[in-house]
Amino acid sequence: MRDIIIIGAGVSGTACARELSRYKLDILVVESREDVCCGTSKANSAIVHAGFDAKTDSLMAKLNVIGNAMMDKLCKELDIKFQRNGSLVACYSENDIEKLEELKNRGIANGVNGLRIVYKDELNKMEQNISEKAVAALYAPSGGIICPFDLNIGMAENAASNGVEFIFDCEVKKINKGDSFYELETSMGILKSKLVINAAGVYADVFHNMVSSKKIHITPRRGVYCLLDKSVGNHVKSTCFSLPDEVYGKGVLVTPTVDGNLLVGPTATDIADKEDTATTAKEIKELIKKANINVKNIPIKQVITSFAGLRAHEDAGDFIVEEVEDAPGFIDCAGIESPGLTSSPAIGVRVANIVKGILKPKENENFIGIRKGVLNPDNLSIEERNKLIKEYPAYGNIVCRCETVSEGEIIDAIRRPLGAKTLDGIKRRTRAGAGRCQAGFCTPRSIEILSRELNLPQSKISKCGGKSTLIVEAIKDSL
Amino acid sequence: MREYDVVVIGGGPAGLAACICVKEKGIDSVLILERENQLGGILNQCIHNGFGLHTFKEELTGPEYAKRFIDRAEELSIEYKLNTTVTDISTDKIVSYMNSTEGFVQIKAGAIILAMGCRERPRGALNIPGLRPAGIYSAGTAQRLVNMDGFMPGREVVILGSGDIGLIMARRMTLEGAKVNVVAEIMPYSGGLKRNIVQCLDDFNIPLKLSHTVVKIEGKERVEGVVLAKVDENLLPIAGSEEHYSCDTLLLSVGLIPENEISKSTGITLSNITNGPVVNDSFETSIPGIFACGNVLHVHDLVDFVCEEAKAAGKHAVKYLKTSKNVGAFDIKIKTSNGVRYTVPQFINPEDMDDKVVIRFRVANIYKDMYESIYVDDRRVIHKKRQILAPGEMETLNIKKSDVAGASSVLVTLEEN
Repeated sequence: MRDIIIIGAGVSGTACARELSRYKLDILVVESREDVCCGTSKANSAIVHAGFDAKTDSLMAKLNVIGNAMMDKLCKELDIKFQRNGSLVACYSENDIEKLEELKNRGIANGVNGLRIVYKDELNKMEQNISEKAVAALYAPSGGIICPFDLNIGMAENAASNGVEFIFDCEVKKINKGDSFYELETSMGILKSKLVINAAGVYADVFHNMVSSKKIHITPRRGVYCLLDKSVGNHVKSTCFSLPDEVYGKGVLVTPTVDGNLLVGPTATDIADKEDTATTAKEIKELIKKANINVKNIPIKQVITSFAGLRAHEDAGDFIVEEVEDAPGFIDCAGIESPGLTSSPAIGVRVANIVKGILKPKENENFIGIRKGVLNPDNLSIEERNKLIKEYPAYGNIVCRCETVSEGEIIDAIRRPLGAKTLDGIKRRTRAGAGRCQAGFCTPRSIEILSRELNLPQSKISKCGGKSTLIVEAIKDSL
Repeated sequence: MREYDVVVIGGGPAGLAACICVKEKGIDSVLILERENQLGGILNQCIHNGFGLHTFKEELTGPEYAKRFIDRAEELSIEYKLNTTVTDISTDKIVSYMNSTEGFVQIKAGAIILAMGCRERPRGALNIPGLRPAGIYSAGTAQRLVNMDGFMPGREVVILGSGDIGLIMARRMTLEGAKVNVVAEIMPYSGGLKRNIVQCLDDFNIPLKLSHTVVKIEGKERVEGVVLAKVDENLLPIAGSEEHYSCDTLLLSVGLIPENEISKSTGITLSNITNGPVVNDSFETSIPGIFACGNVLHVHDLVDFVCEEAKAAGKHAVKYLKTSKNVGAFDIKIKTSNGVRYTVPQFINPEDMDDKVVIRFRVANIYKDMYESIYVDDRRVIHKKRQILAPGEMETLNIKKSDVAGASSVLVTLEEN
């Protein structure tokens, strides 16, 4: 019998895992996919919201503002790149300035600091490529950009280093309420636990509804994004939103990413299928049209990939982070849509407090909150770099040309706690394959390294687990 | 800091041919920096024959062709470093590179020849909608997997794009036992060489669907199928024309892009048509003493032309070293019109040019029974009949120094008569 089982290794689940690893608890994270960060957490706007957007007094507003404030320290502890580049919400008619004021006041009520309205001249100075039609914008200096993979993986690794166990490719099929415990029927057999934390993203309603008579309902709301080449990453400096408008509806954002690309998105399409992350021509077209509303001259020819993510939208429109009333010991992290990434550290703390109230755990005096990320030799001086290469020659061997990722970094990504097992796992930990050629050059080399490090035949190496193997056979095998 | 007279970036056919020329002209202090674990570049994975018809008057495979240059380089004791990635080139010609034996090193070059080749356009650049499963490869990646690593990327294949690598891979995958269901090409004509369409598709009964593109990719984990649609004259899919093809692999042969990220960060002026450096008739870029040749300059169809061009670049690099001045000024920009998309070189210097300069160019569409013409000022100095002109086949014209003497403008164009 475990103390806690966490369903889902996305940002919410791993934030809970890390917070709870501060206590002496037997914790297991169960993930249906092959790796952490495989669902909603991997495909989103990669931004840290300031917190003016959500309705005042909603849980969303509260956790957003707390999460935002936690980010500097957390990213320092976990060795994660984070930049407060500021965000702008632009409007296109004088009449709408009033709405910016409303948004600002809401932000102030939510506890967001530093908000102010900037007018055309200042706005144009801040952002050369902001739409010429923009008359003013709400400026939020506390808005930021972060790599969602990094945050998710960083929290997971740190949790694992502090004793949390993870199992992957393990699907929870049914949850039975026991007498002060839960029994999970999974694809890997029966698991038992005193508490269950439901951090299952778009599937959180399914698990909630297995144990509660008060049903919730989550709609996957698909958002399509286009990612542009690093050569145009400085097209904007801030994260640029549009004020929702009668003519154009809710706009899309244009933002630099913390790794230096330009990202535009998302669209919003409610769908039924919880797995349908396919982009459509219609959505891509709509996205490009909308992106051009707030930012001009978007160099759309520089798109290197497009992708879609699913937001977990609960019908009531707010986060649900609480012990389920009619299911004691079952704690929901449900409806975690935007600003979920920003809020995740605060979700972790909130859940930990609920758990503390129930289990009254002792502190884990061995807890170490510091984690070192995959060593990036670009951050070293020439002398340090040469010393590193002398000791580990693999750091002198560049595998991914576009992002300049060495074999040493890839080996680090594979060998570390909860290490990469797939091509996508390597990409999310090192950026190998995330660049402009989209893994054209490095795929064969990465397959080779994974095969060697994991001691698996190359035909077993996959893009993202399951049936996603990359090569069907060695040519001579069929002879 | 170690110094070399000439540093060549890239040890493929362009880099080898350029460096051999430099060494043969008596410059001893040369170095080739190559990122792969052997010299020869992309030729090493091109195991089909058909290389060298112009240069050697025989049909060689890619590796055989490369070997002739590698052998010559060895014979001349040309110094080269393998598994070495160049990270930066400065305007004062300091080259930074990295490998696992020496670490991060900087060297000073008298002249630099860029020969980094090109890369393939990925799926993302086309914004093909659908899921993102395994089994989508650029044709060149698949070629490497099959020909060098000995792995089959899949068993049932659809190919998007009829560039030469796509056509070659249609045949290659078929010979290795895969079923190639169809090659789709968005344009109304193929981007590949005619001989490849005949030898790689027609001979194997692989259908080529012109004016068709992939509008959807299916399969959550591994590709399970694609949907093709016919496109209209604006290249937009026509509703109702969709056809489903089952496959486990989608190969993309949708264009090559010269690899100029380093050139760009050095500040070298690039052409937005070729995506390669703008050069004069000495193959010199906008930075004096930095030359470019091969696919990094503009994408070629034939390696013979790459080597010819590289030799010329090598020759002018030597001239630069010996005169230590800008070998060719950017005097006259060669103008283009009426279907001529670009020329290489883009500039010509009537005073300082060789007695004969080769002008290479591509056309924008399929043309029949047209004349390729060069005008110097108002004089037509070249008028050459061509039965067929296609974007997939590079054109060449030779211009003589005597024709350009004292000129103030040069125009390359197509004419009906």
